[in-house]
Amino acid sequence: MSIILTKEEAKKIIDKVLAFSKADEMSVSLGGSRTGNIRYARNSVSTSGESLDLSLAVTAVFGKRSGTATINEFDDKSLEKTVRRAEEIAKLAPENPEYVPMLGPQTYLETSTFSESTAKIDPDYRAKAAFESIDPCSKKGLTAAGYLEDSSGFNAMGNSKGLFAYNKSTSIDFSITVRTADGLGSGYAIRDFNDASKLSTKSATEIAMQKALASSSAKALEPGKYTVILEPAASIDLLQNMMRSMDARNADEGRSFLSKKGGGIRLGEKLFDERVNIFSDPSNPEIPKAGFSGDGRPQEKIYWIENGVVKNLTYSRFWAEKKGVKATPPPSGFIMAGGTESLADLIKGTEKGILVTRFWYIRAVDPQTLLYTGLTRDGTFYIEKGQIKYPIKNFRFNESPVIMLNNLEAMGVPMRIGGSLIPPLKIRDFTFSSLSNAV
Amino acid sequence: MKRRDFIQMSGLGMGAMMLPNIPIVGRSVSAEALMDGYVDVAVKKRLADAALNAAKAKGATYTDVRIGRYLNQYVVTREDKVQNIVNTESYGVGVRVIANGCWGFAAVVDAKSEADTARAAEEAVAIAKANAKLMTQPVQLAPQKGFGEVSWKAPIQKNAFEVPIKEKVDLLLGVNDAAMKNGANYVNSVMFLVNEQKYFASSDGSYIDQDIHRIWPIFNVTTIDPKSGKFETRRTLSAPMGMGYEYLQTNPSDKITGITTRYNKGYDMLEDVIAASKQAKEKLTAKSVEAGKYDLVLDPSHLWLTIHESVGHPLELDRVLGYEANFAGTSFATLDKWQSKNFNYGSKQVNLFADKTQVGSLGAVGWDDEGVKTKQWDLVKDGTLVNYQAIRDQAHIIGEKESHGCCYADSWSSVQFQRMANVSLAAGKTPLSVEEMIKDVKKGIYIIGDGSFSIDQQRYNFQFGGQLYYEIKDGKIVGMLKDVAYQSNTQEFWNSCVQVCDERDYRLGGSFFDGKGQPSQSSAVSHGSSTARFNGVNVINTARKI
Repeated sequence: MSIILTKEEAKKIIDKVLAFSKADEMSVSLGGSRTGNIRYARNSVSTSGESLDLSLAVTAVFGKRSGTATINEFDDKSLEKTVRRAEEIAKLAPENPEYVPMLGPQTYLETSTFSESTAKIDPDYRAKAAFESIDPCSKKGLTAAGYLEDSSGFNAMGNSKGLFAYNKSTSIDFSITVRTADGLGSGYAIRDFNDASKLSTKSATEIAMQKALASSSAKALEPGKYTVILEPAASIDLLQNMMRSMDARNADEGRSFLSKKGGGIRLGEKLFDERVNIFSDPSNPEIPKAGFSGDGRPQEKIYWIENGVVKNLTYSRFWAEKKGVKATPPPSGFIMAGGTESLADLIKGTEKGILVTRFWYIRAVDPQTLLYTGLTRDGTFYIEKGQIKYPIKNFRFNESPVIMLNNLEAMGVPMRIGGSLIPPLKIRDFTFSSLSNAV
Repeated sequence: MKRRDFIQMSGLGMGAMMLPNIPIVGRSVSAEALMDGYVDVAVKKRLADAALNAAKAKGATYTDVRIGRYLNQYVVTREDKVQNIVNTESYGVGVRVIANGCWGFAAVVDAKSEADTARAAEEAVAIAKANAKLMTQPVQLAPQKGFGEVSWKAPIQKNAFEVPIKEKVDLLLGVNDAAMKNGANYVNSVMFLVNEQKYFASSDGSYIDQDIHRIWPIFNVTTIDPKSGKFETRRTLSAPMGMGYEYLQTNPSDKITGITTRYNKGYDMLEDVIAASKQAKEKLTAKSVEAGKYDLVLDPSHLWLTIHESVGHPLELDRVLGYEANFAGTSFATLDKWQSKNFNYGSKQVNLFADKTQVGSLGAVGWDDEGVKTKQWDLVKDGTLVNYQAIRDQAHIIGEKESHGCCYADSWSSVQFQRMANVSLAAGKTPLSVEEMIKDVKKGIYIIGDGSFSIDQQRYNFQFGGQLYYEIKDGKIVGMLKDVAYQSNTQEFWNSCVQVCDERDYRLGGSFFDGKGQPSQSSAVSHGSSTARFNGVNVINTARKI
């Protein structure tokens, strides 16, 4: 059996499993993937490998009791055995008072998440990709450490109420850190795509090389509040953490940055600069996503923040039913609308500021205000009169994305990063609280 | 399972996000099924020998085979509800070889026959030979004698997997009920159990059968003041332990009383949640800290994480050498500092040691995942850096003839590599209690429990928070503080250590989720210490308005 089943093949197996059911409700999810990777450090490949996975999970429900069993064999006998096991587990499970009956048939957006160029990647491709990254570094006396991972696969689900969903997808992720031989300079670049033909490990490495060379012998600046230009690799984690905190139940329960003083939630309030627009759209061609969420709910285009106003929150199906609202699932990836300027334009328009390549070790400090701490890493530069003047030592920051998106100065053209589209952001009064000697 | 997945599924994240769908690692089975399925040692030896012979026949100069059965159980609750019960089992075989001087690895799920393991061995040799073409230097493996057929079993008293689910559910729902009755608005609690049944065989002549158990009962209570819109949380003061269910049966000698009760080798979850609920309420009106320099008195339930980040990680030899440069980072503790024999890591009071043997610790095993007998060794002696953590293919780099025995893989399907041993701060040699330590502090903060943590990629600059902060004025605890975090630099911090309480106060903390490598692997590790005092540390106020 191939690892990547067609829609018809997947449906046939799921229907067969559902036919064995004696439960009140049953859902089946089936997924297969081929994942490969290559890792290198000190200009030499350290590990590489490939793994195949095809597995099926059955959830049986009796009343409000549910049980799940999984299997990676697909003959009739194994499938039936798995159904019986899920049913046994369900019967022994305690009742879940928050159980919501399964969804019926749904309509999903058709999206294009699969690319043949990624699906055909083989060990030779990975070795060549690593070579094209290591070779220019060794030739310049620099040290490369990088990681490439590619995956192609499918996900399908179906249930006894007639729901069926199928999606085939590919992905490739690449990151590279280049360090100078004396250990005084370090640069970084990261890329991710559905379509591997868009990736050049060589050109990403060249950026990391430039940053490594340019960041050597950094000067120390006093910690304090600075205007910063955050490259998308820097802002992604803070923004992603904020998006993951937009759960309605936590807000309703009074334990979220979206909970209101005196009770209630801040839905509909203007919490950010009016130029802040964040939405998700599974059919965006640059970050295409499956048209359905993990529990079968449709993923649609939806605004989370529009003109600085909180427009929508994410809901579990239980909480939505309790509140009598639409059960909007959390998105996988989001888009922050930006401007038309390039990163170079943003630098040119900056009188005094700091360019940040990336942040590292970001951890929540206070969930009440979404205060996070972390550090700059792998290329931090001082900007004066529109030009990069010199590299500076890394800083620790203590900042909230909510405050940050109120202190917005300018935005550049969004680029894909970690499955989202994010513009470079120019932010005033960004709080750096101490210096780090780390390179 | 990644740490983030676990935090999300258990509802213990700062945002208390609750995802009822638990990511399943391995296959999901019934609790009863976990009790069957022990693979007989004779069968494992046959499977291993088939791989050893097949690899040798294909030209391998060294081979090791790991046959692993990994069991997890999670019981997840909130308030009066059981949200999920998950039992997982994962079984397979990983074969690692050296051929043409290069490592190769292949793994096979559900290996049932000698043909399965032989095929994995042949594939590993083929991969090694292919990778050898890109190799710059052949592997230098420190010699290791074979131990023959041996076994090691964690010294547990009560296998937690044998305790009925109902008993665990009743305990957690009882804990939640106590929280709600004592002022909590919300409570999440989780029981997390691990059993690793590992068999290791190598071409050195070792056949090692090991049975490892871990337990981690946890909760998080939240209190809310709707008027001000503020909320506070207090997490459990339990530690994840290399123990059985006996960890939940406390004796008076396991309790350290004081401003709040802390726990050693037995954890009273019910008592802790009652204290936590009251303290989370007290936090709502606690004084916001004034930023500045304070003498810090750090409880072991807090200090373990500072040790983990600022000592455990920078002294991992692979990080020092640059193998983790693209992910976890490198280290400030470079080889020249170690070679100088006078690098002042900390004050004279600071003695830090690594070990894989402490009873009840998460890292304790008889042999590591490349067949090396485990031991204890010094990292920092009387304040001076003296060693790193190294495995068989690294020992020669620091002039040693044998590995330290800290090689680990998180699954049969993952390649083993150098992982952190338990790294601990030795107890002070002069008799000193916590009360005596506090008595001498003029302006200080006493911190209990671990909180927010962040450190740079070379392990210089860090920031830590906690669960409970108490202000010390002129030798006395005068009240609770909030919005506290301290920032320091590793070398400066350990040099500001002026006192460590004696061994009566020595306790373990730790984590199931130390992450390293790409693709990332999780490792469980403990860190022991007694309460310690650090003078003049920079404390910041973390309160903000949005």
